[in-house]
Amino acid sequence: MTTVTEVSLDELRHLVSERAIAGETMLLNMGPQHPSTHGVLRLLLELDGELVINCIPDIGFLHTGIEKNMEAKTYEKAAVMTDRLDYLNNLGNNLVYCLAIEKLAELDVPPRAQVIRVLLTELQRISSHLVWLGTHALDLAAMSVFLYTFREREFILDIFEMVSGQRMMTTYFRQGGLWRDVPDEFEDAVRQFIRLFPRRIDEYESLLTKNPLFLERTRKIGIISGEDAIHWGVTGPPLRASGVAFDLRKAQPYSGYEQYDFVIPTQTDGDTYARYLVRMEEMRQSLRIVQQALDNLPGGPVRSDNRKYVPPPRSELATSMEAVIHHFKLWTEGFDLPKGAVYVPVESPRGELGVFLESDGGPKPYRVHWRTPSFVNLQALPLLAKGHLVADLVALIGTIDVVLGDVDR
Amino acid sequence: MNEQLQPAVKALAGRFDASVSEFHGETTLMVPSEQLVAACQTLRDEFDFNLLESETAVDYWPQQEPRFHVVYQVYSLRGNLRLCLRVPVSGMHPSMPTIEGIYLNANWHEREIWDMFGIRFEGHSDLRRILMPYDWEGHPLRKDYPLGYEEVAFTFNVDEIDQGKPYAKE
Amino acid sequence: MGIEQKTADMGIVTMRLEQAVNWARTNAMWPMLFGLACCAIEMMAAQASNFDMSRFGMELMRASPRQSDLMIVAGRVSRKMAPVLRRLYDQMPAPKWVIAMGDCASCGGIFNNYAIVQGVDEVVPVDVYVAGCPPRPEALIHGILTLHEKVRGENLKKWA
Repeated sequence: MTTVTEVSLDELRHLVSERAIAGETMLLNMGPQHPSTHGVLRLLLELDGELVINCIPDIGFLHTGIEKNMEAKTYEKAAVMTDRLDYLNNLGNNLVYCLAIEKLAELDVPPRAQVIRVLLTELQRISSHLVWLGTHALDLAAMSVFLYTFREREFILDIFEMVSGQRMMTTYFRQGGLWRDVPDEFEDAVRQFIRLFPRRIDEYESLLTKNPLFLERTRKIGIISGEDAIHWGVTGPPLRASGVAFDLRKAQPYSGYEQYDFVIPTQTDGDTYARYLVRMEEMRQSLRIVQQALDNLPGGPVRSDNRKYVPPPRSELATSMEAVIHHFKLWTEGFDLPKGAVYVPVESPRGELGVFLESDGGPKPYRVHWRTPSFVNLQALPLLAKGHLVADLVALIGTIDVVLGDVDR
Repeated sequence: MNEQLQPAVKALAGRFDASVSEFHGETTLMVPSEQLVAACQTLRDEFDFNLLESETAVDYWPQQEPRFHVVYQVYSLRGNLRLCLRVPVSGMHPSMPTIEGIYLNANWHEREIWDMFGIRFEGHSDLRRILMPYDWEGHPLRKDYPLGYEEVAFTFNVDEIDQGKPYAKE
Repeated sequence: MGIEQKTADMGIVTMRLEQAVNWARTNAMWPMLFGLACCAIEMMAAQASNFDMSRFGMELMRASPRQSDLMIVAGRVSRKMAPVLRRLYDQMPAPKWVIAMGDCASCGGIFNNYAIVQGVDEVVPVDVYVAGCPPRPEALIHGILTLHEKVRGENLKKWA
């Protein structure tokens, strides 16, 4: 058990203003366990009454050592850990890891696998935005929206379970394609979801978009300009709500995104309400992509047949000796990636998610660094919170859409 | 290499003796640590690389010269161009200049590198641990730091492990 | 047998004090919001309308430890968070129970490294372990019902 060490205020003196040391303003701890911090985030607030003078985030309460742990496992085994980073965007994390491996190994991915990857990633984006909407509205006291969004999310989780056997931590994307082909009921389930979802988004919008209470709590709260956002490295919906139309799916398309017809929603106000509108529209656009992907689903294999990296199907093991040798090598030692380093960014629901993968020619990743959007976006929280009330802080944490697994890794 | 990257790469290679390499479509410039701040200033002001996407470090222990490489990914929104900078750093307690003044979001990235690797950044406004507890000793992502795992329990050693573990009483 | 029948007809039920107290404790056990990571999302899904936990008496999740009975440790506990966890457990008034939800809380899960406490029972005494990564909401509800059974068999002296 760790012992508790008292850290004196002297070491943190440079973080708070002079008035706090003099006792004029109050230092309040919005501790790691708090209903509205969406996880274990600790905020040290300097308050003048209810007004926030400064807000210092203290993170690391969910630090899991994933980067170091992945260095100790082979590439395929380390893929299991990738789901648990940003635990609302499991398939997105899988995707970026597989893209990095495929870039280093120069592995081809068959077209059917690419389309299914896009389809499932967009469904994951919708599911992540639903959790965001539910918890954001819950913090602003609109509790019924929480129950509605989780009801919709169950449809998506049923689809994931049908495809991979697991609701959340699927590890469905593997190097070279997918783990296995989608079952026959997949298409009907997705069509049913596409049919029912637009009306549900309309339902949420009718509850929130023109609601005077919601407008009162989100208009003009946490304004960040496009310039400031770029200086602070903020990406994703917060950047797009400040007027900068930057989306990695359009700027540097991956996995076939250039074939799909969709719009990047932007707003210009840069406040909480603008971010809300951007994410609602993103859900609709994601549904468009899902529809297009489902309509144009090609046939064919779902995994590359480069046996140096992809294990052979079990049916081949009975007939081919090379298959047995490949199977043995891949499941005991794992595959070796050529030496070198790559950086692959994708667009996660929170912003730019990137993997920096460096290999030394061995079967285990030499260095995996995850550039996670929540880590960088959370840095901008003090800037957003200055001059607002404590109650607005709750809205701000929700609007940046922090997921602490992403921040602390 | 993307032709639009040519002017920036040529300028950096010429002015700050950076060596250029390319790998899988990504351009990497190896910059010595004394020239780093000037190089980043040039990149941001002259060539409009305004977004620092990522800053991380790699440990090459037991190789000592250099022991670490600090890797920066900078991105230009207008030109849709990405450049990678690598800075070699050596020693048990290495230090290098901070680019917090140029790219504001380097603040937390550099705190994380200090926490995980022990590389000091001179001029940083607030260099303290960010992910590990305040009183933690050691820098976890260094290669000579152990993973710290608990032995896997099988039937023959489960009782031994059980006795070693600190279970909580009421 | 006969006298109980008679009193039941008159509308009087007799039981031991222990049974009554345990019945009251199980039927309105309020969990404390202690969702840490991925398991917290499944805990929220268990509280939402598909797998309603309110039907078992857990209508609300209280954020304050002073007002809750049950701590569901949902998610991985890092070394930085362990003292906080212990402090919150100490702040809960007796009677209190702990459910370790998920693999990371039960035994460290897939993260066998320097940063994660290998099983939250190193920090707080656990009553029920729910396995899964993350456990399905039904599995969590099964764990809660197992805890209810355990509580029904408890001795009054335990929390006296």
